[in-house]
Amino acid sequence: MSDFLGGFWSLYISVIVIGGFIGLFILLLSQNKVKKQTGEKVETMGHVWDDTLEEYNNPLPRWWMWMFYGTLVFGVVYLALYPGLGEYKGAYGWSSHGQYDKEVAVAEKTYGPIFNGYLKQPIAVVAKDEKARKMGERLFLTYCAQCHGSDARGAKGFPNLRDADWLWGGAPETIEATILHGRPAAGPDGVQPVSDAPRMPAWGKILGEEKVKDVANYVRSLSQKENIDADRATRGKEIFGQNCAACHGADAKGNQALGAPNLSDDIWLYGGSQTTVVETITNGRNGVMPAKGDQLGAAKVHLLAAYVYGLSK
Amino acid sequence: MLIKHETIEKNIGLMIILTILVVSFAGLVEIVPQAFQRSTTQPVKGLKPYTALQLAGRDIYIREGCYNCHSQMIRPFRSETERYGHYSVAGESVWDHPFQWGSKRTGPDLARVGGRYSDEWHRAHLTQPRDVVRESNMPAFPWLGRTPLDTTDLPKKLAAMKTLGVPYTDAQIASAQADAAGKTELDAVVAYLQVLGTAIKDKR
Repeated sequence: MSDFLGGFWSLYISVIVIGGFIGLFILLLSQNKVKKQTGEKVETMGHVWDDTLEEYNNPLPRWWMWMFYGTLVFGVVYLALYPGLGEYKGAYGWSSHGQYDKEVAVAEKTYGPIFNGYLKQPIAVVAKDEKARKMGERLFLTYCAQCHGSDARGAKGFPNLRDADWLWGGAPETIEATILHGRPAAGPDGVQPVSDAPRMPAWGKILGEEKVKDVANYVRSLSQKENIDADRATRGKEIFGQNCAACHGADAKGNQALGAPNLSDDIWLYGGSQTTVVETITNGRNGVMPAKGDQLGAAKVHLLAAYVYGLSK
Repeated sequence: MLIKHETIEKNIGLMIILTILVVSFAGLVEIVPQAFQRSTTQPVKGLKPYTALQLAGRDIYIREGCYNCHSQMIRPFRSETERYGHYSVAGESVWDHPFQWGSKRTGPDLARVGGRYSDEWHRAHLTQPRDVVRESNMPAFPWLGRTPLDTTDLPKKLAAMKTLGVPYTDAQIASAQADAAGKTELDAVVAYLQVLGTAIKDKR
């Protein structure tokens, strides 16, 4: 099916282009005067400025004429080989996406075997391969550093990948699944998590301000010694057992199946100050790792998983 | 010669007309027919008009001059598609008035930024880019998060888009203000960014 809406446009383009060529050729021929012989008098254009200034009507230089003829020949050959005349595709059948597909095919042939070679090896083995590590690092800097940082140490709300503390699990296959499908795992659109995916709910309205402060003191007391209100921490322990233990565990060591962080290790995704912990409990947290499988494909994700796995080894 | 050199030189009106004719030649064959091509005039399958909130975000994107540093067109080169995803096609932006293709890239291309990062990342990053990307030289836009979105003109904006051929329904125009109520400018920009380039499912 033609891309043009109606057959007119192909004809319209062809007529103007070919007409332009013919018109230029005729114009050139009409100017095709040969240079005067030595001694022959050159005519002037017939007008005089400032009493003495006249304009000679010399013929166009031959080299210039031949160059112009040359461009016409070039144009005709070009239009025969490449698209330009309406729907005519040109003898080469060139198109920009055809050229792109070829470029990708060549790259696939060159790099495909390298990627696929690693894809067949277990992640733990790939992680020890120096070349794979370098490839993984470059992929990481292109696709992951925006959130996890170029040093992979993360930022507030974006996990540090070097500290061997894992929200969703640090086993090689788990890391690969995290990158492929995202966390919480992406829903049907492959991007956003399903609406009932596990996340940290907002407890502010449920518990009220005082109880939130109590719980915050308790969870901080598990890993910190300074600025802890002992009374609040004692009350907070009970509240924690009733409300928070379901995800974070009775011992507050977290649950990687739900992505619930370990709260006893003084590693904080959003910060461990009283203010920040209160903020986290009050408003909840909704951290999302976007799924990268669709964009990157299995082979790149495999290398990335190996690189990330290797970071904390 | 049909027209003498002297005739044209001494008749400025005629010279203007002939100049325009010569200059417009390429445009007549290279630009005009594009308004009558399927690939440039028909939306790709699955393309949806921006919601009221996304359209408001698009206008803030323009207001803040994001296009000065960010293009929204991935060219069909492997070096670009490896980084950004599938190259852009014309049918994706037939409802963009004006389109945001651009050619200036101080920052990365944003044509397929939708879904690449979480909403939280965009919030943190727009408010202070260096909180998440230490090396970033993007300016911070801290006022977006504390400025309530002005929805007064939204129905008119949607109606204007409709006259330009974007298939908004009357119901969408009527509810535009309510659809974007209670949001900040940051919410609107994030909503806009998160929909960019998501119509084509094959992002590879």
